[in-house]
Amino acid sequence: MESYPLFYTFHFYLFGIIAVASAILFVTRKSPVSAAMWLVSTMFSLAALYVMLDAPFIGVIQVLVYAGAIMVVFLFVIMLLNLGQPSEIADVRSGGWRLVAGLVGLALLAEIFALTRAHSVPGLAIPRGTAAEAINSMGAVGMVAGPLFTTYLLPFEVTSVLLLAAVVGAVMIGKQRRAADAR
Amino acid sequence: MLAEAIFFSAVLFTIGVIGVLTRRNAIIIFMCVELMLNAVNLSFVAFARAYGVAGQVFVFFVMTVAAAEAAVGLAIIIAMFRHKQTVNLQNINILKG
Repeated sequence: MESYPLFYTFHFYLFGIIAVASAILFVTRKSPVSAAMWLVSTMFSLAALYVMLDAPFIGVIQVLVYAGAIMVVFLFVIMLLNLGQPSEIADVRSGGWRLVAGLVGLALLAEIFALTRAHSVPGLAIPRGTAAEAINSMGAVGMVAGPLFTTYLLPFEVTSVLLLAAVVGAVMIGKQRRAADAR
Repeated sequence: MLAEAIFFSAVLFTIGVIGVLTRRNAIIIFMCVELMLNAVNLSFVAFARAYGVAGQVFVFFVMTVAAAEAAVGLAIIIAMFRHKQTVNLQNINILKG
């Protein structure tokens, strides 16, 4: 088992527990706005975890894209549809669904314990500290950008087509169709 | 830290699944899906440290797909709200036979 400084371990557990607690508060809130706020808290703690796991660039992108852009879009839609108040109809599903959810949750938790007992493959593992060295030699951005623009160039280009399709689709679905309704 | 990160990632994913199964508000269900994507990203980053940097590139792609999904999904929710004046999934059953 690798050993880490106590300072590191403490903060890793601290941010992990904040993330899980915020996520629990997020699924139990009635009002969509406070749920979204707790989800933002989860995403910030995850960004801290990414930085501690030698992925500072991914941590920054997490704050910018997830907490910044995606959650703002969510809050914007909540504001646009005026859903700030908890809904008057029951929001949480009743009996049977809760039982199903509990069973699925238990099954997934059982899988966690199976996973933590699994051994990692020694042949595949890279030496500890490789990622930190890569940050020192190539920079935090270069470490991700290098493989992104060489090995994974085709997936990167396909992603841009996906984003274009999503933008066009969102505009088409979201726009008012008064003219079509009138006909 | 690999085992701890996977543990937190799995717990977050489980919370997301339970949220999707128990809530009826379409927007909250959608945010639960985002939480599940985030949980997967955490295991990608953790594995990237132990098995090579490719995992961080995959996180990049997952985030792009999440952004595209949020744009289209929220547009669908807005269109649905215009049609039905609600986002509660109990009232949205036009595809039910």
